Amino acid sequence: MTSVLSENQATVQLRGIVKRFPGVTANNGANLEVCKGEIHALLGENGAGKTSLMNVLYGIYHPDEGEIWVNGQRVTIHSPQDAIRLGVGMIHQQYRLVQTHSVTENVVLGLREGFLFPEQAARPRIVALAEKYGMKVDPDARIWQLSAGEQQRVEILKALYRGVKILIMDEPTAMLTPGEAMELLHILRRMTAEGLTVIFITHKLEEVVEVSDRVTVMRQGKSITTLETAKTTQSELAQLMVGRDVLFQLDKKAVEAGATVLKVEGLNVLSDKGLPSVVNLSLNVQAGEIFGLAGVSGNGQRELVEAITGLRSVSSGKVVVNGEELTHAPPRARVERGIGFVPGERWMALIPSMSIADNMILKNYARPPIGNGPFLDQNAVAAYTDGLIKEYAISTPDRHTPIKRLSGGNIQRALLAREISEKPSLLIVAQPTSGLDVGATETIWNLLLAERARGAAVLVISDDLKETLALSDRVAVIFEGQIMGQFAASEANLEQIGLMMAGALRSSEADAQKESTAGEPA
Amino acid sequence: MKLPRIRFEKRLTSPRWLPVASLAGGLALAMLTIAIIFAVLGVDPLVAFQRIFRGGFGSVYGLQETITKTIPLILAGVGLTLAFKGRMYNIGAEGQLLIGAIFATGIARAFPDWPSFLLIPAMFVGGFLGGALWAAIPAVLKTRFRVDEVLTSLMLVYVANEAVKFLVYGPWRGSDTRGFPITDEFPLAAQIPSIIGTRIHYPTLIVAILLAVLIYLLLTRTKLGYEIRVTGENPNASRYAGMDYQRIALLVMIISGGLAGLAGMGEVAGIHFRLRPPESISPGYGFTAIIVAWLARLNPLAAILTAFLLGGLLVGGDAIQIALNLPAATVQIFNGVILLFVIASELFNQYKLRLEV
Repeated sequence: MTSVLSENQATVQLRGIVKRFPGVTANNGANLEVCKGEIHALLGENGAGKTSLMNVLYGIYHPDEGEIWVNGQRVTIHSPQDAIRLGVGMIHQQYRLVQTHSVTENVVLGLREGFLFPEQAARPRIVALAEKYGMKVDPDARIWQLSAGEQQRVEILKALYRGVKILIMDEPTAMLTPGEAMELLHILRRMTAEGLTVIFITHKLEEVVEVSDRVTVMRQGKSITTLETAKTTQSELAQLMVGRDVLFQLDKKAVEAGATVLKVEGLNVLSDKGLPSVVNLSLNVQAGEIFGLAGVSGNGQRELVEAITGLRSVSSGKVVVNGEELTHAPPRARVERGIGFVPGERWMALIPSMSIADNMILKNYARPPIGNGPFLDQNAVAAYTDGLIKEYAISTPDRHTPIKRLSGGNIQRALLAREISEKPSLLIVAQPTSGLDVGATETIWNLLLAERARGAAVLVISDDLKETLALSDRVAVIFEGQIMGQFAASEANLEQIGLMMAGALRSSEADAQKESTAGEPA
Repeated sequence: MKLPRIRFEKRLTSPRWLPVASLAGGLALAMLTIAIIFAVLGVDPLVAFQRIFRGGFGSVYGLQETITKTIPLILAGVGLTLAFKGRMYNIGAEGQLLIGAIFATGIARAFPDWPSFLLIPAMFVGGFLGGALWAAIPAVLKTRFRVDEVLTSLMLVYVANEAVKFLVYGPWRGSDTRGFPITDEFPLAAQIPSIIGTRIHYPTLIVAILLAVLIYLLLTRTKLGYEIRVTGENPNASRYAGMDYQRIALLVMIISGGLAGLAGMGEVAGIHFRLRPPESISPGYGFTAIIVAWLARLNPLAAILTAFLLGGLLVGGDAIQIALNLPAATVQIFNGVILLFVIASELFNQYKLRLEV
């Protein structure tokens, strides 16, 4: 595209960036042009390549192809230190602060100025910086005493103290309460008014419209276009973000949906940090259907699934499976009631260094025929494992091979085989095909469809919207722990789903009051 | 301008010979370090190594003594392989050993009239229970209150130490010991027989080897063993599969503590025939057992062999102390250096080094 701004105003230019990882291309010819003094939003779904592109600019990754220009000069950035020297700073989603140290100590950490007590000299400068940009931070507070928003301000101070002129922020509002998010936006405005530049990675349309001057939309590792925020709309952005790709056509035979297998009623679950992550959520999954839960990851999907499988405690609401309430039942009881679960983080359900056989019996080792009194029946283990290897065409030298030696597709097939072999009445699969190639993806999809045909209730949670729509009979969109809308997959409207995923649209019922549920971390 | 930087990269694949190679490399570096220490102390390292080997393995008497010291090392070491497999870092086998010795002594004192075939089995059971009880304390603290078991099990060693001292200086001090802080000699029925002319109390040795095989079978053939391995390798997967972490952690600690307790029982009932101050019951068998377990790469059967090797090192170390006039702590320095290198070498099973310029 041709920029309305002349060449020398572009403070950062990325041209044709390509970054490959084994088996994945994270960036495939991405371009970005950021002007001095603007807030530039980088918008895209998970896996669109936003973070990896910014990691290239910040020197964490080295691009395989492409050019980086900063302030009109072509540069090679080997490390974050190089980037900071060029005035480029980045704040990651996970803050990198020493919890037991003070704010001042964290800001000067790693700098080589002064030998003894450098923080004494730094303190007035930090106070001045904080004042200049309207940041309220106590320079002597310990990090663990601060809220997520205050910790973020410390990260910003760290960058400013090092003379950063171009600040990259990766999903800066993800961990903040709505009030803190508003405050952050004010701080960013003050910074750009002083001539600093901000690159703002996000998948929330509302934020793009609210704060940014311009927005670059990314999809599948490529930059699609750059727009002036004032001249675009949320629905145009949603469309650009999700894309208009032809949906995969799957050979999906009609299956009559049967009785309700999973019933979730008014469920509330807290995240690890004690914040509400599933909020008053209800859904039903029936026998013989695939129910897809679409949404950007980190919107309560993990917590929801862990609550259903018993790995996370429920603060209120109900989980009912086949008419039996299991809200507070231990995980083992749920396994025995026929809940199969393939988590998004596969290594949570596998033991990498142990053999395929040891991994295959993880769910049924305690029961006959595998479990025999206090013993494991070695013959039964062999027969069972070899049976699965053959039936699901798991490619391995033998059952004694450590499972980590298998390919990604084979690992996922083995995991799914284990869960399916128990003939679960409810099968929960998170990110069924993430990281898999086309062939492996197809195999996994067919296995899921076979489960549906057998009459299992299948709950699929995926970041990949195309996958969710292709597989599912019904789809719901989750955003910040709430269901934004629910519809038959055949009637899905991509634009609407995009808006719902970004929290900009909600069907039917009025928005639940967020105020009552949002809490500050201690 | 820039100095080359050393970076560790995670290995995606690792060849089969790697664990053996890294262990051998670790041991070689440990030997080299020890050689340097000898040189600094003014002793020719080659002469010293030769003396150690001859002292531990080079004579009939040396071998007898080595086997004698192998017995407690097998017991405590095998127990630790189980605990470490289950990711319970029991560092306090030494204390569990001492409490086992106290319990065994208590039984010998309480039932002096029992016949041998009752009294000795009762002392085995008592020794096991004492050690198990002592190990259960850190286990309960860990599972109920998330207190680090490394610290509690280690600190309890000192408590056990003082307990033994209290008994031998106080209520249990013997009547005909001419003021020495020791108990009276056990009745004959409470003395475990030895191979004639040696101090090898063979019933304990047989029990130790049987237990090593049993623990091996437990780990590889039973549901509990499977749960221990899964929990140790991946606590998340253990939770995911609905395993009972508290039960597993407690059982693992009880068994490992019990085995250490048996080792202590064997020392008082098979060698000393009385309770003595802690340092004369055990020259740190419980700590050496940590090296036994790691050197065996947590394999209970391999621990029989590594116990024998370290037993020989203890005997050989004693020999050079006298012959070369070295400080008493020399053997402990060996042990420390070996443990350090063996544990450090494990890193190379998962990572490879890369120099970056």
